[in-house]
Amino acid sequence: MTDPTIDPGTLEALASTTDAQFVHELIDTFLDDAPSLLENLETALSAGDAETFRRAAHSLKSNGASLGAMPFSTSAKALEMIGKSGDLTGAADKVEQLQAEFKEVMKALRDYKDET
Amino acid sequence: MLVVDDNKVNRLLLARGLQELGHSITFAENGREALDTMRRESFDLVVLDIMMPELDGYQVLEKIMMDSDLRDIPVIVVSAMDELDSVVKCIEMGAEDYLSKPLNPVLLKARIGACLEKKWLRDQQRELISKFATSEVAEDLLATGFSLGGKYVEASAMFSDIRGFTTISESQSPEDTIELLNTYYTLMFDAITGHEGVVNQIVGDGLMAIFGAPASNPDHATCAVQAALEMVELVDLFNQEQAGQGKLQLQIGVGVATGQVIAGYTGTQNRATYTCVGDAVNVAARLEAHTKSAGHPILIDENTHLGLNGIITDDDLGLVDIKGKTDKVRVFAIPVPSITASN
Repeated sequence: MTDPTIDPGTLEALASTTDAQFVHELIDTFLDDAPSLLENLETALSAGDAETFRRAAHSLKSNGASLGAMPFSTSAKALEMIGKSGDLTGAADKVEQLQAEFKEVMKALRDYKDET
Repeated sequence: MLVVDDNKVNRLLLARGLQELGHSITFAENGREALDTMRRESFDLVVLDIMMPELDGYQVLEKIMMDSDLRDIPVIVVSAMDELDSVVKCIEMGAEDYLSKPLNPVLLKARIGACLEKKWLRDQQRELISKFATSEVAEDLLATGFSLGGKYVEASAMFSDIRGFTTISESQSPEDTIELLNTYYTLMFDAITGHEGVVNQIVGDGLMAIFGAPASNPDHATCAVQAALEMVELVDLFNQEQAGQGKLQLQIGVGVATGQVIAGYTGTQNRATYTCVGDAVNVAARLEAHTKSAGHPILIDENTHLGLNGIITDDDLGLVDIKGKTDKVRVFAIPVPSITASN
């Protein structure tokens, strides 16, 4: 059974220690930031810049996890490891896949916002 | 509190978590900004992300540790779970603690609380030790830790007390006596520490000071004698003021002896004092006691005389019987400018 796009437990835990409004703010910030991070990934990939690639993947992994987007976070982590290795060959497919996953995450988070 | 993270989501999470704890937060988006901000404002704590562009967390930490103004500020590093080797590097570099992402508010609160408390305790400790010891002893203690025992050093020991103090205290109220003593101490401390000495004991009106330990000082003999001269001078000035107000005046006696002593902490694990033990210490005490009958306020032993190397003139009083020593001791008096008449 695959993990849900967004783990509701994470967001609920966050909401209980803060409040619904804060979680919404966090979601908005994530959705604002993520596109430019994804863009950084692409640019770094074309430039062959493993370090920038790695950092962008790292941030996406980190933020994904903070918001309960576990599968997304795991994919980002794989990209981070590629960046760490210094060799970006074959990463293009995975970057595309991450972008697709992001669209799912975005939808799930917007649904969550509507429901809370 | 300073939070350093290039990731906006993280900054938001940290801000919220820290604000809940009642702290005021400043943000920096990268290492360079962090260092600039730290140099401009003072912070109680820094929360530092390890992975950042340009200057990463480890490099920021390095720079913090190299800066004497910044190195006492506790730093908590934040990292992802799979970066533990970076965390270890940071802790070895001097980071106080670490937190892993995703940040758990309960852990955040606990770690920050612990960090701030540790810093507060360290500051308190430093302050407290400085009240009961000189800053040299305090720094030595903080750096090397406390252990009973001592080491041999070449030093000059000094004893000083107030002539006829018992009589004085009997003729005054306790409050006036303490006030007098405290004025006397302030003057004596100034003179002694001003010449690189360390007051290590106060017993009633008696003072013991060491020159040449814990920080070594090749001119300890000269410093001790110069301090003694200043002490006498300060008492003289004090007396003039007292005379002007019709209040009683003081006479002091100072004994200085030089030689090999054992300096260190004596006592027990629970209660100890930094002090010196050795022949020079005993001789200094006896010389001080002898000042009354010798009619000179400052007496020194032969080793101190030799240590002066002629820089300060002294009068050879010849051989004198000293309690506790079978052989006579050669004693020198340091001439002082004429003092207000005493009996």
